[in-house]
Order: sequence, then C-alpha cells, then structure tokens
Amino acid sequence: MAINFDSALGVHADALLLRGKRAEVLANNIANADTPNYKARDFDFAAVLDKQMGYANEMSSVKVATTQAGHMSGFVDPDMAADLMFTRPIQPSIDGNTVEVQEEMAKYTDNALRYQASFRFLNDKFTGLKNAIKGE
Amino acid sequence: MSLSNVFGIAGSAMSAQSVRLNTTASNLANAESISSSEGETYRARKPVFAVQMMQEMGTSSLDASLNAGAGVQVTEIVESQSPLRPVYNPNHPMADEKGYIYYPNVNVVEEMADMISASRSFQINAEIMNTAKTMIQRTLTLGQ
Repeated sequence: MAINFDSALGVHADALLLRGKRAEVLANNIANADTPNYKARDFDFAAVLDKQMGYANEMSSVKVATTQAGHMSGFVDPDMAADLMFTRPIQPSIDGNTVEVQEEMAKYTDNALRYQASFRFLNDKFTGLKNAIKGE
Repeated sequence: MSLSNVFGIAGSAMSAQSVRLNTTASNLANAESISSSEGETYRARKPVFAVQMMQEMGTSSLDASLNAGAGVQVTEIVESQSPLRPVYNPNHPMADEKGYIYYPNVNVVEEMADMISASRSFQINAEIMNTAKTMIQRTLTLGQ
C-alpha cells in the first residue's frame, strides 16, 4: 500500500494554507481601518475549505432538474460562498468605512489560534509518519 | 506565501499612520505660525488614505478568488480649506495695512485626537505583525 501524502495529512495542510490566507485578509481590513469608503471583507472558511478539498461539487451543491432542452443546468454555485464577502458592520462610520477594529482583531486572534491548532495536528501527522518509518 | 504578505500589509499601514503622525506634528508645530497675508499663512495638512490593490495576482485560483489587497497607501497630502483665523492686532510688527495678522486654520483639539487615533492604529498593526511573526516561526518548526 503506497502512502499518499494528501490522504495521510488529511484536511490540515489545506486548512493551514487557508488560515494564512484569512490572516492576510483580516490584516488588510485592519490596515485600512482609517481609509474612507473601505468595506471590510472576510470569507466563509468552511465553504472555501470544502471547495479547496473538492468536496463542494458532490456534497453541498443543490442541483436543479432539467426536463426540457432549453433548461439551463442551473445549480447553486458553491463558489458563490467561496469568495470574499463584505462583512455587515454593527456601527458603520460616517466616512463609509465598515471596519470595526475590535471585531477584526478578535477574528485575527481567533484565526491565529486555529492556525496553531491546525499546525499541531499537521505536526503530529508528520511525527506519526516518522515513527512509522523508524519502526521503533 | 500569504503569511509573509501580512508583513507588507501591516507595514503599509504603519508607514501610512506615521505619515499621518508627521502631518499632525507639522500642524501642531505651526499652530501659531502667524503671517501678514492670507496667501502666506500655513494651512493644516491632511493625508489622504486609499486602498492599495494587489499588483500581480497569483497563479492559483485561490489567490484569484481571495485577493486580499495589499494594505493602504497615502495618495496625497492636501491642505485644509477651512477659513484662516484673522486677528486684529495693529501693534503687531507683522500686521497688514488694515491691522490684521493671520493665524493658521489648525484645530489643536482635532489634531490631538488625530494623533491618538494614528498612534493606536500604529500599535494595532505592530501587534498584527507580531502575531504573524509567531505564526511563521511556529511553521518553521514543522516536522521537528
């Protein structure tokens, strides 16, 4: 049985990559906390991870039956949920900026902690593989 | 790697905020710089912030759909157009023929509030950079 890194490491490698990406998005929000008309953005982590792993097409998309030749093969595009979206501000500012620094800071810290968790899982996978190779 | 972009983003915000601090310092230093005509009088300077978009998109579809942007930039520094403060003081050596001297349109209270806001924003971005540094350092120990 060949060991495939993708299946051995599971979701954690992709999760780590996306946590890094989300840190970038949130840092950009905080950097633009004083920019007029800037709209804060974020993405749905679960949806993007599903897309990244290729689960989205089989599992979470809703398909529409096509009974006539002219029907579009319409289905609710899972990619719609997997893009950057604008956050809904609690207290929008008068200059059109929707960044709430305390919110963004909380999300950023939460994201950093989850990054560390994903990292630990990934590291444990590697430790397990190493132990298997050594056979001790 | 996206985590190292955080340094660029937070860095751009820190330099933009330090430009803002610099204009505040200049405005406060010149708050009492009088002159004898409206044209020569110092006017309060304000930086204009704008979003800096990512220059080149990454090749992966992930980078294209989640283009975070590349922080903030100062596009220009504009002079405040609010009216100057003329003061009638005919004994002043710089008074014009009608006896007026002109004070700059610097609002000291506003500048102080601006200064506090800028220094707090600077602090937060330094914190962001610090957290990103910890994340990267942790990543470097992968597999050890």
